Amino acid sequence: MLQRLFSFKGGVKPQTNKSPSVQEAIGFAPLPARLYVPLHQSIGGAANPLVRPGEKVGKGQLIGGADGWMSSAVHAPTSGRVLAVEEHVATHPSGLTTLSVVIEPDGCDEWAERQPIDYRSQPPERVREALRDAGVVGLGGAVFPSHAKLAPAKSVVVQDLVINGAECEPFMTCDDMLMRERAEETVRGIAIFRELLAAQRVLIGIEDNKPEAIAAMRNAVAHLGLDYAVVAVPTRYPAGGAKQLIRVLTGKEVPASRRSTELGVQCFNVATVYTAYRALEFGEPVISRIVTLTGNVAHPRNWDVRIGTPLRDFVALGEPQRDTNAFLMGGPMMGFALPSLDAPVVKATNCIIAGSAGLFPPNPPEMPCIRCGACADVCPHELQPFELYWFSRARIFGKTQEYHIFDCIECGCCSYVCPSHIPLVQYFRFAKSEIWAREREKKAADAAKARFELRNAREEREKEEKAERLAKAAAAKAAERKTVVAQTNSDAAGTPRALEPQDTPPATGEAADSAGALDAEALKKATIQAAMERARAQRAGQAARNTDRLTPEQAKEIAAVDARRARQASSASAPPAPPERSSDSAGSGD
Amino acid sequence: MDFSTPPYLLLERTSVRRIMLQVLIGLLPGIAAYVWLIGPIILFQLLLATIAALSGEALMLRLRNRPMAMFLTDGSAVVTAWLVALTVPPMAPWWLVVVGSLFAIVIAKHLYGGLGQNPFNPAMVAFAACIVSFPALMSQWPVIGLQLSLREQFELVAGLAPRIDVMSGATPLDAIKTALKVSEGSVDVPTLLATQEVFGNFAGRGWEWVTTGYLLGGLWLWQRKVIGWQAPLAFIAGLSLLAAALWAWQPERFANPLFHLFSGGAMLGAFFIVTDPVSGCTTAKGRLVFGFAAGVLAYVIRVFAGYPDGVAFAVLLMNLCVPLIDMYTQPPIFGMKKER
Repeated sequence: MLQRLFSFKGGVKPQTNKSPSVQEAIGFAPLPARLYVPLHQSIGGAANPLVRPGEKVGKGQLIGGADGWMSSAVHAPTSGRVLAVEEHVATHPSGLTTLSVVIEPDGCDEWAERQPIDYRSQPPERVREALRDAGVVGLGGAVFPSHAKLAPAKSVVVQDLVINGAECEPFMTCDDMLMRERAEETVRGIAIFRELLAAQRVLIGIEDNKPEAIAAMRNAVAHLGLDYAVVAVPTRYPAGGAKQLIRVLTGKEVPASRRSTELGVQCFNVATVYTAYRALEFGEPVISRIVTLTGNVAHPRNWDVRIGTPLRDFVALGEPQRDTNAFLMGGPMMGFALPSLDAPVVKATNCIIAGSAGLFPPNPPEMPCIRCGACADVCPHELQPFELYWFSRARIFGKTQEYHIFDCIECGCCSYVCPSHIPLVQYFRFAKSEIWAREREKKAADAAKARFELRNAREEREKEEKAERLAKAAAAKAAERKTVVAQTNSDAAGTPRALEPQDTPPATGEAADSAGALDAEALKKATIQAAMERARAQRAGQAARNTDRLTPEQAKEIAAVDARRARQASSASAPPAPPERSSDSAGSGD
Repeated sequence: MDFSTPPYLLLERTSVRRIMLQVLIGLLPGIAAYVWLIGPIILFQLLLATIAALSGEALMLRLRNRPMAMFLTDGSAVVTAWLVALTVPPMAPWWLVVVGSLFAIVIAKHLYGGLGQNPFNPAMVAFAACIVSFPALMSQWPVIGLQLSLREQFELVAGLAPRIDVMSGATPLDAIKTALKVSEGSVDVPTLLATQEVFGNFAGRGWEWVTTGYLLGGLWLWQRKVIGWQAPLAFIAGLSLLAAALWAWQPERFANPLFHLFSGGAMLGAFFIVTDPVSGCTTAKGRLVFGFAAGVLAYVIRVFAGYPDGVAFAVLLMNLCVPLIDMYTQPPIFGMKKER
């Protein structure tokens, strides 16, 4: 099938270093002595623990239930006994802890009851629920709950389903090997997703440095008699970024402010699709994933690893060299250095790279920016990174937003080419987190202000109501008295003259009369004032809501940045001086 | 490797020093032609300027408490020094080159914050300062064909020999301007170009090959992607379009565009001055605007104003406009372009 290719601007071509880890077939990592399965393994809410210490679990048994729609379930990777549900070091640059289920495998590796879904006959909602409960999340590294992306937008037809097999990060080969070895299951998974989204066209994008994977996927597509286009895309980092791949395959540009579904495109990673197929067809939830173990190791290879396997056990499989000084998770462009090997393999773990001084030489010293614009030339989002850098450095955060800092995907191309060796991404992360922190503070302040104003208004209203009540009571009393006076007057004179001012009514009568008039006026005034007060309070409430103009995405981003800020705080990073977190905790490879 | 923040891979073959080194290499063809034309004295001036600039750099780094080794070896001061030396007459007294280089480094560069911070091109600031302060010395260009030995040249530069006006003549640009003024309309430019000793095949005698050298070096820099094409091309376009228009209108009063392109500082300006990233525009569109306007201004100043050449003033004037131009030429970002 002829497929017109588009291109995205910018990008870089670092050494790919992919060949060492594709020499051997995917291996199956042995079961470790303990598994530490974090309950929070997706964007959104952490799964709720469903097991207690001492409990026996079967392989694939649900141990963490999805917390609402924007969450994903977690399962026991093997059969065994739950030792604890406790805080354990997270697979995160911060090295903070996260609630994890500790399982001691019994060695039988016995499945709990598996419940395949007849996805062809079930309604789509049911299938999406099943995916959520099988813990299917984006395995490209973002771990976004897949079911949430599979609900078609109401008004927009999904024209293109883009399947991401580009794998543009250097060193990483897990998707390559998956497509080589499990192409047919992956394509079957794509078929399910296409059904769910009612997508008109399926485009499978694979970088052209993976000819074996392209051939395998083409064979699988042909074998299943499908009309999917398997497209070889030019190898250029970050071609595997969702937005870049969508651009290359469809020509559509998804800005940061919009979702791809609004433009009729949805994008999934190949590994995600594969796990979805296993989950629906065989009832096997996501309890393992393929992880590339490469870099400064004696045996680089891809492994099918149980989620929860401690990284120390995992990296031992590759036999890291003696001079290994760090372990990276993810690729060298966007990954991070692991603070501890006690952390487990999680769903986001796509690649572990043993680092050494030879592989990743020390950073040359940072020089001042000379505004050469090399960063702008390679920015895939066509930003002006050096401008963002100036403003971030000067803490002029409003300007960074004017220059679209939130369109930055932190791909690292700018830092990669900078002749002054400025860690630009670090400055951008700093600026973003500062902005989020300020938004949060502002939100909190607005909320407090609104609360205060509401309380004031309420007290005011209560006062008014009290006055109103009193006025009403007084008026009623006065009216009562007036009738009494009138009665006595008419009894005396036979005419209601008492109401005429020029008259000289009895003292009681006059007093009652003026009191009556005053009361009526006060009553009216009080009522009006109370109404106005209520209106004002209402307005204040609305105003408070208006200042809080966060979209759900922004709110989500804020939540996501909490973790990032924590990381920054832990590494004591004030961007002008790049933090010097030593990686010795991750240093020993034994 | 500092493992605090990705990316952990960096492009190996790029650094400020490497860029500066390539700019210096780009100047070599022009310098070679200069040596052939005038003699090795220019090499002495280049050395003098380099020493002065590096001394000024070292002094300022010390005063500003900045890392010495890193900045002294980044090559930026040497580039500035060479540009200063190449814009000052070759037989100017030694102190003029020293003063120019120091002015460029100390005043125009470090007082604004050092590398990457200067809003004006340091070499052009130095040129402007020198031509305003020492107009006579700055216009003593050697008469071509005047054969001086290196020793005689050196004595002139060192101030050991008396400076004789005979040894210096007007630049080709000056020659046209003066001749037109003196003759009051009785001479036309084509005749001048054809008859006067100072003019060569297409521009100033001899100097046309020096400027051709700059052009070659500039093209090499462009091919190596050290400089972009926008600013040089726009500069050349601005200068030659205006020159062509006036030449077409009154060929007897205005020289042809080719003459203008290969005279004075046009080629040096196009490839080594308006391409300065620090003091120039950063957006592609901005570089076009910057270069074009600088070219137009350079022509206007060199033809209608009192100075022999207008490149330096044109560039300085445009340096002033850089923030404004950059602000109004921000390119649309990914996903925010207008639907085609």
